[in-house]
Amino acid sequence: MTLWWIGDAVLVLVVLPVVVYLLRGVLNAASSIVPSVERIAAATGSGSADLDAVPLLLTTQSQVNQTVAGVAGYGGSLDVILDDAE
Amino acid sequence: MMLLAIGPGTGSIVAVVLIVLALVWYLVSTIVQLRKITDGLDVVIANVGEILAKTAPVEEVVGAINKDLDAGVDLLEGLLVKKAGLVDAVGLVDGLYPGAAAAGLRNYPDSTTVKAPRIAEVYTRGVLTLARLGREAPIAAASPAGTVLRNVEGGSLAARLLYPEMRQSRPPALPRSPVIGTDAPVQYEERDDIGAPRKRLPAR
Repeated sequence: MTLWWIGDAVLVLVVLPVVVYLLRGVLNAASSIVPSVERIAAATGSGSADLDAVPLLLTTQSQVNQTVAGVAGYGGSLDVILDDAE
Repeated sequence: MMLLAIGPGTGSIVAVVLIVLALVWYLVSTIVQLRKITDGLDVVIANVGEILAKTAPVEEVVGAINKDLDAGVDLLEGLLVKKAGLVDAVGLVDGLYPGAAAAGLRNYPDSTTVKAPRIAEVYTRGVLTLARLGREAPIAAASPAGTVLRNVEGGSLAARLLYPEMRQSRPPALPRSPVIGTDAPVQYEERDDIGAPRKRLPAR
């Protein structure tokens, strides 16, 4: 009978606090992850929005191509007009 | 007395119930937090997928742009060195971008050893070529809709300034021409021989 009471006391005074301590640690760890995930989601959303201008690179490519072609034509004309250095 | 009435079995049941309640409370709370994490990661995965889709063609497009720009740089460098010479080309680049002569021209490794002339202060062949271009080249005539580079018909001072300074820019410094006439400030005596019959030379 006394040993049973001692067992009950151990359950309440030792096992229960240990269980609560461990579970509270797991809960705190899980709770601390949530804000980080929310910030990551917001950052990736902003990054994705920033990349909306990427298709303009196609326009840039076309403009660069036309500019280089114009420079090539102008350079050809200058090559004819100007004398060489040597 | 009350404790004895309850008995150790009841105490065990109460202890187990307390432990189970603690387990339920904390495990349910953990499950809720893990659900939030899962939802957040779903959003992250969707956004990362969008980023991957949007950045997929970037490498190809930027590579093509760099290829075009490399061709333009090669063209301009070659033309500059061909027309101005390597030394003047380095000087011109260094005049436009101070310190750039140390890096040299990309396609001319020898350009890094060239001592860049101070082309901004000394007239060089390149400058004279440009000056000649302003007078003779048909560039102005080729763009009649726009502003001409130089008025090749009316403007002459710019061209005259290319030559040693004599009288083209400061005519007031020269002595003025003499004033003649009856009301001139300086009167000269009339010479007798003017208007008289020419003296006949003795016959041979």
